[in-house]
Amino acid sequence: MERVPVLKIGDILLVSIQIDMEDQVALQLQEDLAERIVATGCHGVIIDISALDIVDSFVGRTLATIASVSRVLDAETVVVGMRPAVAITLVELGLSLPGIRTALNVELGIEMLARSRAAYDIEAEDDEAGSAAVATS
Amino acid sequence: MALSPDESGRFASLLDEHSEGLVARWAAIVTTSLQGRLSPAELQRQTKDLHKGFHQALSAGARDLTDEAAAEVRAQLSELSSTRARQGFSATETAISVYALKDAVLEVLGDQNDAATLRDYVAFSAFVDRAALFTFDSYVRVRETLIADQAEQLLELSTPVVKLWEGVVAVPLVGTLDSARAQVVMERLLQTLVDTGSPYAIIDITGVPAVDTQVAQHILKTVVAARLMGADCIISGIRPQIAQTIVALGIEFGDIATKASLADALRYVLGQTSYKVVATKRAGY
Repeated sequence: MERVPVLKIGDILLVSIQIDMEDQVALQLQEDLAERIVATGCHGVIIDISALDIVDSFVGRTLATIASVSRVLDAETVVVGMRPAVAITLVELGLSLPGIRTALNVELGIEMLARSRAAYDIEAEDDEAGSAAVATS
Repeated sequence: MALSPDESGRFASLLDEHSEGLVARWAAIVTTSLQGRLSPAELQRQTKDLHKGFHQALSAGARDLTDEAAAEVRAQLSELSSTRARQGFSATETAISVYALKDAVLEVLGDQNDAATLRDYVAFSAFVDRAALFTFDSYVRVRETLIADQAEQLLELSTPVVKLWEGVVAVPLVGTLDSARAQVVMERLLQTLVDTGSPYAIIDITGVPAVDTQVAQHILKTVVAARLMGADCIISGIRPQIAQTIVALGIEFGDIATKASLADALRYVLGQTSYKVVATKRAGY
């Protein structure tokens, strides 16, 4: 069975889907990603679907599941590069993929992850400052 | 009701015998109905050609307009109606060009009030009626092609997608939004988003005369599709009456940003991105 490669770039895992998403491939990707997030400790996942002609309801649901699983493992997921034809078909089918963040291309996806990470970092610093204050008092 | 061979022969000779008077009278009637929008010389020529066509068809023994022998006159009639349709004449005005032949023949027959003439006239009149109906059919066909062509042209030129700012594109919608146009707008907008990598799109509906549930549905679909691709849509140019219609119809735009003017929408988008709009004081102001 074909597998989708998962590449690690800095703090981000990049998945570029270049083959037809059969149900088994999608499920395998879901497992692989969960393992890789834990193994690498990455905080962002970018799934590039610009080569996909067809996104059916199962693939849509798998993408949503991947996003939820990653969130549990403290990684943000962004789906990038959806083709106009795919978007129109999904809308006509009434699937709006709730819970999935999207960006136009990989570059914008990386920016989006960086932004949400930056906001998180500030919160983390505040927390440390707060706990430090508690420790000194 | 087809003509008998005798009848068509008699009509052929009648058309031949009185050709001068018939054509003159026929052309005169048509001239009055068209109110001088075609030159008399042009009309005279057309009428003469038609007369010749009828004469040829009938003397060749045509019993009905669909006969082989009437092919020539059929071609003439459809040619006539297509030119009239393109020149903007009405259906009645086009049909009268053929019907006038009946009046002209009646006048040529004069006051011969025997039963045979009457029967002949009725039969001939039916033949002319079919010719006129045929003219009408071709007229409608030409008009429909014209309308289809125009609709296609309209579709091509009415959906521009313009770049307003780095990463911001706008679609100024003008005219009624039906399903076909909405589809074209959606495809163009989404394709432009991919091509330019713009994360913001503004849909401006200032030029849309009315928004009903269907139009709103089309706009919402476009917005959702853009969101799926990772771009945000703002709807702008909502006129006061349209805002009232939207509320009255109970259309929900949900969390989609709506702005009154394109300027507001652009300001909003710039605020969302890293830009800041600042008015600077200049000397002399």
